[in-house]
Order: sequence, then C-alpha cells, then structure tokens
Amino acid sequence: MNAVLPFEGIGASVKRKEDLRFLSGRGQYVDDINRPGQAHAWILRSQYAHARINSIDTTAASKMPGVVAIYTSADMTGIGGIPCGWQIHNKDGTPMAEPKHPVLAEGKVRHVGDPIAVVIAETRSQARDAGEAIVLDVEPLPAVTGTTAALAGAAPCVHDDVAGNLCYDWHIGDKAATDAAFAKAAHHVVFETTNNRLVPNAMEPRSAVGDYDTTTGEHTLFTTSQNPHVIRLLMGAFVLQIPESKLRVVAPDVGGGFGSKIYHYAEEAIVTWAAAKLGRPVKWTADRTEAFMSDAHGRDHVSRAELALDKDGTFLGLRVHTQANMGAYLSTFAPCVPTYLYATLLAGVYSTPAIYAEVQAVFTHTVPVDAYRGAGRPEATYLLERLVDVAARQCGFDKVELRRRNFIATSAFPYQTPVALEYDSGDYVSTLNQALETADWAGFEARRAESASRGKLRGIGISTYLEACGIAPSAVVGSLGARAGLYEVGTIRVHPTGSITVLTGAHSHGQGHETTFAQLVCDKLGVPVAQVDIVHGDTGKVPFGMGTYGSRSLAVGGSAMDKAMDKIIAKGKRIAAHLMEASVEDIEFDPRGEKGGTFRVAGTDRTKALAEISLAAYVPHNFPHDELEPGLEETAFYDPKNFTYPGGCHIAEVEIERETGQVHLLNFTAVDDVGRVVNPMIVEGQVQGGVAQGVGQALLENCVYDSSGQLISASMMDYAMPRADDLAPVSVATHTTLCTHNPLGVKGCGEVGAIGSPPAVINAVVDALREFGVNHVEMPATAPKIWSIIHGSTH
Amino acid sequence: MYDFTYTKPSSVADATKLLAADPDAKFISGGQTLLPALKHRLNKPTTVVDLTGIGEMRGIRREGNTLVIGALTKHVEVETSAEVKAAIPALAQMAAHIGDTQVRNRGTLGGSVSNNDPAADYPAAVLGLGATVVTSKREIPADEFFLGMFTTALETDELLVAIKFPIPEKAGYAKMRNPASRYVMAGAFVSKGPQGIRVAINGAGPCVFRQGEMEAALAGSWSPEAVAGVKQNPEGMNGDIHGSAEYRAHLVTVMAKRAVASAG
Repeated sequence: MNAVLPFEGIGASVKRKEDLRFLSGRGQYVDDINRPGQAHAWILRSQYAHARINSIDTTAASKMPGVVAIYTSADMTGIGGIPCGWQIHNKDGTPMAEPKHPVLAEGKVRHVGDPIAVVIAETRSQARDAGEAIVLDVEPLPAVTGTTAALAGAAPCVHDDVAGNLCYDWHIGDKAATDAAFAKAAHHVVFETTNNRLVPNAMEPRSAVGDYDTTTGEHTLFTTSQNPHVIRLLMGAFVLQIPESKLRVVAPDVGGGFGSKIYHYAEEAIVTWAAAKLGRPVKWTADRTEAFMSDAHGRDHVSRAELALDKDGTFLGLRVHTQANMGAYLSTFAPCVPTYLYATLLAGVYSTPAIYAEVQAVFTHTVPVDAYRGAGRPEATYLLERLVDVAARQCGFDKVELRRRNFIATSAFPYQTPVALEYDSGDYVSTLNQALETADWAGFEARRAESASRGKLRGIGISTYLEACGIAPSAVVGSLGARAGLYEVGTIRVHPTGSITVLTGAHSHGQGHETTFAQLVCDKLGVPVAQVDIVHGDTGKVPFGMGTYGSRSLAVGGSAMDKAMDKIIAKGKRIAAHLMEASVEDIEFDPRGEKGGTFRVAGTDRTKALAEISLAAYVPHNFPHDELEPGLEETAFYDPKNFTYPGGCHIAEVEIERETGQVHLLNFTAVDDVGRVVNPMIVEGQVQGGVAQGVGQALLENCVYDSSGQLISASMMDYAMPRADDLAPVSVATHTTLCTHNPLGVKGCGEVGAIGSPPAVINAVVDALREFGVNHVEMPATAPKIWSIIHGSTH
Repeated sequence: MYDFTYTKPSSVADATKLLAADPDAKFISGGQTLLPALKHRLNKPTTVVDLTGIGEMRGIRREGNTLVIGALTKHVEVETSAEVKAAIPALAQMAAHIGDTQVRNRGTLGGSVSNNDPAADYPAAVLGLGATVVTSKREIPADEFFLGMFTTALETDELLVAIKFPIPEKAGYAKMRNPASRYVMAGAFVSKGPQGIRVAINGAGPCVFRQGEMEAALAGSWSPEAVAGVKQNPEGMNGDIHGSAEYRAHLVTVMAKRAVASAG
C-alpha cells in the first residue's frame, strides 16, 4: 500500500482482469465442463411450423448403439410448463392469455425448432444418430408467422385456447388528451414501420449440464445464463418442483448473451430432470442452427405513429399503435418488452404533453420473441426518431432545430412524462451540441458535394435518444405485472490480511465486471484492484440476486456493493475505535490514506490500515466482543428508487452507390450520458459493440420466415451479421449528468449503442436518397431495396 | 458428421483407383465445401480420399504463354505468387478476395473448380480466360467443363489435376458479395487474349456462363461504356432473400463494366 500505485479507482481505464484467461483460451464455459459418467443429449426438433403429432415411435431408435434413454412429454409426467415471469393486463383489466409452454411438445408443435423428444446417449453423435431414427407421424397444419397476419380473422390458431392469437390488448397514456391535442394541431404526421425481427447470435451457443448427487438428492445445473438465481427460481419452483436448498445453478464463463440467455429454456429443465432420472450427468450443447431456431429472437413490431405539432413545430401529442410478435409461446419476460420497456419510452427526450399508445401482442408460429439488447427501447427510439425526421421533412422544419425546440429542458428534472416514467437527470442540449461538433454537422454539405462529384449519394442522420435502464424498482415493476423483484445483492468479504472477495448477484458475460466492480472496491476501500476478486454466477456461493440485463449491473449491483462497503466501513470504524482507544465518532476512513484504506483518529497521527482492522476482526485477541461480532463481511440488498435514464445523441454518415444500392457507413459519432463513468475503456467498448449491433439491425440483419413458417435465414449463410468491414470508426464520448437516486451516480452503458444507432443510420440513408423523394426505407436497408428506390423499380 | 473411412493416397493413379472402386467415396482437398457439409450431415461418403499428399497436383509454373496451376494450389498461394501476379494479375487479385484469410489458407483451386458452386469465384476465371482443365484422363476446354449448378464434365473417378490458363493481354474481375455468406451475388471476369474476348458471369445464375452480347460489344470497343449498355435478361437468374433475379441481372452489367475498367 503506497501512494505510487497507479490510480485504479472510479474513472480509470484499468485493463480487464478477465481478459488474460479469455484471450489465452482458458475461459471455462459450460461446454468445457465434463462430469464423470456424463451422457449427452440431443433434441429432436420440429421441422414444421405447425403440426399435430399423431405418434412418436422410438422403438428402432432406442436400439441404436450407445442410446441410454429417449424421452418425450409422455415420460416427463408431473412437471410444469415453462413459466412466464411477467403478466400484462388487457385494457379491460383482464389478464393476458397465457397458454401452456410445455418443456417437450404435447400433441402439437408450434414453430420450427419446437422440441419434441430428447435422446440421451453415450456420445453426442450417437444421440443424434438415434434421433434421426425416431419415426414421427405428424400432420402438418397451416401456419402464420406475420405479426399483422396472425390477427386477421382467418389466421390459423397457434393455441386452441387463445382466440384470434391475441395475447393481450394493452394501452397506456391519456387517450382523450391526445385526441384533443390532435384536434388543435397545425400539422399531423403519420409514420408506419416494421421493426425487423433479429436473431441475437451470441458467440457461444447455449449449453447445459445437469448433475445429480444420489446420496444427497442435490441437483446441479451448469448453464449459459445471465441470471442463475432466476433460473433456479423458475425451474425449481415452477417446472421441476425442486426446493432451492437442493438445486444449485452455476453460470460460469458465458460467451455473450444480449438478453437471449436471460430466459429459462426447456433444455435446462430437460438435462436437470434427466440427470436425476438416470443418476448420471447429462450434457446438451446447441449447434448454431439450433441457436437460430431455439434462442429467443428480438424486436418484430409493426407500428403506426402519429405526431401532432403546432405551427411552430412544438409537439402537442403522440399516438402510437403497435402490434408485437410474441412467437409461439411466452418467453420469460416477453410480455413486458413491448409494453413497459417500450411504450413508456415514447416520450423520448421531448416534452410532448399528451401521449397515448396501444399495443397488441400476438402469437405466431415462430420462435418466441423476448428482450434483446435494448429490449423495447430500441423499438421506441426507432419509431420516435424516424417520426421526428419525417415530421421535419413533411412540415419544413430543420431536423436538428425541431428536436432542440422540443427537448425537455435541463432545468425541468425531475420530469414526469405522460407515460409513467419520471426522468431524474439529463442534458440533451449538451450531448446534441457536442455530437454536432464532433461529427462536423455544419460541414456536411461540402462532404455531400464531394461524394456527388464521385457519383455517390451521401447522407447524414441524427438520433437524440433516451432510455430507461438499471431495472428496476421492485415495487414499481411488481405493480406493472412483474412476478419477480428486481433488486440486487452484494457481499463484501474482507479477508484477514486485507484482500477482498466480492459476491455479486450480477453476472458477467462479456461486460468486464471482474474489473469494473473491483474498481468500485478500490475506490471506496483503498484496496488495489489485483487484491479484489469478484465471484458471480453460482447460486451455491452468492446470495439470491437477480442477474445482468437491462444495463443494471452497475446501477443496481454496484449500488448493492456500495451499501455493503458502507457497512464494512462502519464496522471497521468501531473496531478501529476500540483498537486505538478512541470514540467511534472520531474515526475517519480515507481510501486514499497513507496506508491505503486508512482509519484515523481525527486530528491525530494515529492510524490503522484496513488490513490491520480485518486481522483484528478474524484474530480477535483484542476485540470489542461486547459490541461486535468477529469477522469483516457484510451483505447488502439494494432496491433502486427509479430507473436510470441514459441519453444522448448519435450521428451516422453514409454513402450510397447509385449503381448497386450498397450503403457504406462512413463514420459514426456517439455522445452518451451514461452517468458517472467507472472505466472509460469499458464504456467505449460497450458503446461500440452496441452501435455495431444497431448498425447490424439497420443495414444487414433480418430474420425471415416464408409463408409456410420455415425459417429461411437459419444460418450465417443467410443471416447477415455485421462484420468489421461493414462498420466504420465509431467515435465515443461521454457527457455526464449524475443519476440522482443511486449512491454511485451511474446510469448504464450496455444498451445505449443498440438503442440510439438504428434511427441515426436510417435517417442518414433517407437523407442520402432525398433526390428520389423517398420518405422511408425499412430496416434492414439492403442494397436491392435501395436499388429499387433509385431505379424506381418495384422488385 | 457420419462415420467414414479416411485415406490419403500419394498419387493421382491411386486416388482415382479408389473412386473407381467405390462411387460413394469423395475426394477432399481444402475441405471448404465438403467439411461443412459433413458437419451438417448433408453428405455421407463411405470414404474420404484426402488429396493433399499428391505432389504431382501442386505447383505454379509458366509454360510459354500458359500458366499452369496445380489443383492443390491454395488461394493464398495464387494470391501471393510472383508468377501469377506477373502473368495474370487479375487472377491473383481474385484469389486475394475469396472468402476470408482462413478460407484462403485452406481452399484450393481444384476444389473450387470441381465443386462449381454458382457463387464461387474461380469458375469465372477459368471460363473468362478460356482455360483448359487438365484431369487424370484428358484435357477439357472451359467452355465444355461447367455444365450446371454444382455439375461439371468430370466423371466420378476423374480427378482435376491442374488448370492451364492462357496468358491474356488484358483481364479484370469484379464482384459484389452477398452480405451474409460473402459468396458472389454477381461477378464478371473479362479478358482479351489468345482465346478472344471473353466475359464470364458468376453468382447471378445457376452456373457460370458467358455473356455473348457483352463479348460482341467489347469486340467493337474494349471499354466499360461498351458493356454498360448491355442488359442481362433476368430470366433464369437467381432470386432469393438477398436479391431478386432483376437485381442480379442489373448487377451483371455493373460488374462487367467494373471488370473491364479494372482490366484497363
């Protein structure tokens, strides 16, 4: 402990501690886990979008080499369906339709990839060989995959007990006030769009290993999850009826999630159940094709938005109607995505006084849809930021000035929107100005002329966005239908000689928590980052926490750690007071003191290092036993008071080739207010990654089903993921206003890139095409689509 | 993948003997097409005959006005060969843009041409340069080699050993990539040389083909403008989620124009 150590606290770009093992191939992912006696599972999946299962004949398959067991739903008796974690209520107050989501198909299959049977064999290859020998007698039925088509009267029914495929018909806001706003409007702008369905495509496919100790009755599930406690709760309590004390869920190193690994999936229940049934471990790992047809998809909205403006361009009212595709079954958090994570965001950064939104969620014969990086907020931001551009163009306003005119004033916080949220802080003018300057907005016309001189079309697009993350106050989400609380937990374990282990309920699957969280401890307790280790992802080690999604780890998990550290300091002061024979009120703690984290009797040179206090706590020869228990370990649960509200400005510049319609992203500017920045390098990486995914949605990615319900884009050959050469330099800067309600002042940076960027890119594409009179280009803005516009063709 | 027997002969004669005896055996060189197919269980050969031990199928050499490239030559070897760069720079440049680094380090000329994927690069060069395919049995002119989608004149037990490329006065290649697979959406290889003026189109149709109207236009005037006015008939072109037949037909003209421009 000395003052020459480099600063590693809040604000330092400390290199990621976890990268040594990741970059040298020594990460331990679920598929790296092999248990003694392990068998392998292969899932037989539906090739049909919709079919009745008449019979499943496993006779021949069961006799294949290496086969241990073959199970169908008929064998998995006494277990529950996969539960949904969020209940939405209809406009009339009745609950949403919630059809059963069986672990293995019961009588019918409802999407390509729906699991029908599981084959367990000595090797994966043997399991697959046997799976191909299962004789299925199925009767294909008509399918519907389109969001709007599913609501049409004659559409095939996905669930017999859900009339018209309608999951719910929900609304928010003041309809009468919004209608009145439109009645007095000088301008009425209408914009219709489809938000394209996406496949998350985490680098690591999902995997699960079930293990069972026949002597203790303890189940262990190793799984690729963003939230092992949530899986333990959902699977243990609702599907398999295993008490928490007998079920350990471990999510070790996980190679990306983007939301798709939040949910409880059938395969987790299958391997856990089968391991106990067989008395031997069972492993399942998806291949990429399985990932395409079984990981929850994202987005897939069809929306109509209307904006009322007065003659000067002030927004008077916003009316939105959205149809959201749920897929064949309700995934864990699916119902809340197009409602409370979407419609509540429709105010954006604007002081629109009246907003009314209606959302219909529909079942289709497609893979379930759930939260994917941004979850509802990218859909809302895209709709709003495209709508504002359309309005500017239609009504003759400058698109930047129209935004500026309607911004919520920096002095207006806390600001109550007409759609439930109360924003705590923000400074939209500053992020806008900084982005305009960085992107040289003023110099664009010269660059456009230069492109034109080379025969190219150049466009610039802007998005001023806001999002709500750091989810979420448990009381609020509970009142809105969440069946879980959304607090977080942190334990600070100070060891006898002063190193620290942190137990957190957050889960790192690429975010760099092992570094960022260690920096929080370093900053507050004065312990070097190298002496702080973060433990996460194991219900056998960590108290009940809620995991990582919705950019919540730092704002909620970090705040829990901060509270636990407050307790450590408080207890440390009492120990220090005893050791230094002073009054506890006179003890000060300075993380950057002469002994590193240093307790001092105020106004004296009497000090004790944190390590001296911890040693006294664990070797309590001289310890205030009457007042304190030995040990120095504290746990805190933190439930946030509000969401956090990152926001900012994204600007994209593109060039289009007239001959081919190809769009090239030239540069991208992001100026984001993510609250206090703990590690600028990690924030920059998170924003760049988010922007890459947003650019992917805007220009490349599209999940396509044909009319029979086959998934056409079921591999990387047909699903265009963004690659390095599809992108451009992404300039990342932050402009900070502090979150006012959490102790760290942090907001969240994991999703801003994916939320703010798609409308910036499409606004740029439409701008580039201005000479063709085009009002809109649907995502993804592919070359043939642009070519059709340029050449006036309908192909 | 399904189980198969693996064997690695060291001569062309041994390799073809294996295929003659077992029509369900498969040759493999770089494995850039066969291996993914095996992994997806889309192919079930009895025996995989690994050609990479056959020395006589290797090497790049110039014989007078012809460049002879062994079938086992990897894309990266064509890309970086001083001989190729000097004789047919367009061919080296094409090789430099096949797939990605990993593909170029494994994939081979013979594998690509034998497979005749409509969206592969090399068939356009072979047809566009009027090359001759040397097999274990005979020599086949390019015009008679590519018969249809994934179909060539090769017989089951016939092995592509080398390709003889006549050295042109001018040659150029341009393509647009599929945004997902990065295979060719539409490409054009043009040349002017001992085989006359040739325009070969890949990616756009079910099989690489010569564009006669463009060849005639270039015979009149070797310039990008000459082909710019020639429209490809969309009938018979490929159409899928990445682009309609009309779009690909349009790209044929664009790529031919760019290819001529790059040929100079």
